[in-house]
Amino acid sequence: MDAAALPPVAPAGAADVGWMLVATALVLLMTPGLAFFYGGLVRAKNALNTMMMTLGAFTAGAVAWIAAGYSLAYGEGGAWLGGFAHLGMAGVGLEARGTIPHLLFFAYQTTFAGITVALVSGALVERLRFGPWLAFSALWTLVVYAPVCHWVWGGGWLADLGALDFAGGAVVHVNAGAAAAVAALVVGPRRDWGRQALLPHSVPLVLLGAGLLWFGWFGFNAGSALAANGSATVAFANTLLAPIATLAAWMTLDGLRSGRITAVGAATAVVVGLVAVTPAAGFVSPRAALVLGALAALPSYFALLVRARSRLDDSLDVVAAHGLGGLSGALLTGVLASAAWGGTPGLLEGNPGLVARQAAAVAATAAWSAFGTWGILRLVRSRVPLAVDARLQSRGLDVVLHGEEAYGTGEGAILVFAPPAEPLATAPALAPQRLHA
Amino acid sequence: MKLIVAIVRPERLAPVLEALFHAEVKGLSVSRVQGHGGETESVQTYRGATVKMELVEKVRLEIGVSEPFVAVTVEAIRAAAATGEVGDGKIFVLPLDAVVRIRTGERDVEAVTPVARP
Repeated sequence: MDAAALPPVAPAGAADVGWMLVATALVLLMTPGLAFFYGGLVRAKNALNTMMMTLGAFTAGAVAWIAAGYSLAYGEGGAWLGGFAHLGMAGVGLEARGTIPHLLFFAYQTTFAGITVALVSGALVERLRFGPWLAFSALWTLVVYAPVCHWVWGGGWLADLGALDFAGGAVVHVNAGAAAAVAALVVGPRRDWGRQALLPHSVPLVLLGAGLLWFGWFGFNAGSALAANGSATVAFANTLLAPIATLAAWMTLDGLRSGRITAVGAATAVVVGLVAVTPAAGFVSPRAALVLGALAALPSYFALLVRARSRLDDSLDVVAAHGLGGLSGALLTGVLASAAWGGTPGLLEGNPGLVARQAAAVAATAAWSAFGTWGILRLVRSRVPLAVDARLQSRGLDVVLHGEEAYGTGEGAILVFAPPAEPLATAPALAPQRLHA
Repeated sequence: MKLIVAIVRPERLAPVLEALFHAEVKGLSVSRVQGHGGETESVQTYRGATVKMELVEKVRLEIGVSEPFVAVTVEAIRAAAATGEVGDGKIFVLPLDAVVRIRTGERDVEAVTPVARP
């Protein structure tokens, strides 16, 4: 997130504020985008629960972030953790932070914190109880996301080391991917995993979600320049170009392997390309972004095939898409980073040390995320069960946990409590009645 | 010949199909239906409106079988569909007057005998 040393294309100030206001709203749109993406990938009976896991994680994560996470990440502090100066938004006002008001910087970072923990839910859908998920989301944002955020963007040790992470390849995506792997292991697989085919119930929703994610990701990556400048322009163009290359590579792989190019595959490719370009967005040339996007397709594509045959029920492939995509992107940033485009010289510009620093940043992030996730889930599990009872899983989590259906017809529904209304002229069995009469 | 009509839980459809496959019962129709069989209604809330869902999603299977397959089919469905809770469903066995295979014009027992795969 370093403000790149590129010449400004317009007077700073009002333009920066205007762009960052828009970018914040764009990043916020990624949360419903993710909800649609994940919601379409599960069975119809779990669609609402899956979408609510994203919205619930966003809520709990954002509340924890506002209360303390932001201060721990961006408050004045040491190499490992920020301070306590901004607890509960204390001292967050209209004073300048860079060229934008501190309050706007805070709002922008809040949207990041909210969506990062929501990404993890993809490893746990169709079986997790909702209360423990909210508790996990709040704790994870404080214990895992805030420190890692501080290490890279809050002036912590990875920033001092010189690792590059423009918009969160390690902080957001490797972090969520490592947490997803551990969480899937601790919570255990779905009841029907390995016994039945568990297929997406609405591929159009998946494509809608991927589209909203791509749109919002322009705010995520180009907004990470924190200004309306050349760096934002590079990141914006790269956010367009890298997923195009990933789509082309993915469709080619799909076509060569099975003779058919799939829609779910294409939606996945968009996400993998976006994840991979995230750490590189403002540091590599647009041509390098195309190369990065195409190369990043390979590990994730084959990891998906292997995972489906493995015992790991990372249900919506958070590890393959976000973990591996983030890893590919972070390492390729080390290879392709260019001083002329806003980065520091990478391997191709004669600086192999950057690749090592990128690897160190990924390893440290993944290790802390795995350890923190394991600890939090063990803590929550010591108080309450994590998974829904197997018999209730088969009925579907929408009805069992939320008392709602995604695609109910409403037929046979008998009103038991509602605001006063005219008595319904229906058969006695369908007349309104009090629930606890 | 009999027509076997079974109403089962949607989540038990996969085990039922598997059991029928193992019993070598091939050729059936499946439809989604809503019904009520005395089970506890689920309560749902949409904003201010709380409702009891009196109709429950079920799956109906229709299978025409020759006499030697009747008991086998009924037992395969029953064993695979049972959970022990109210709402597991019903199996109806109905007399069947005639069956015609549309493609060949074969009738009755030949018509309910699965096509031999080469």
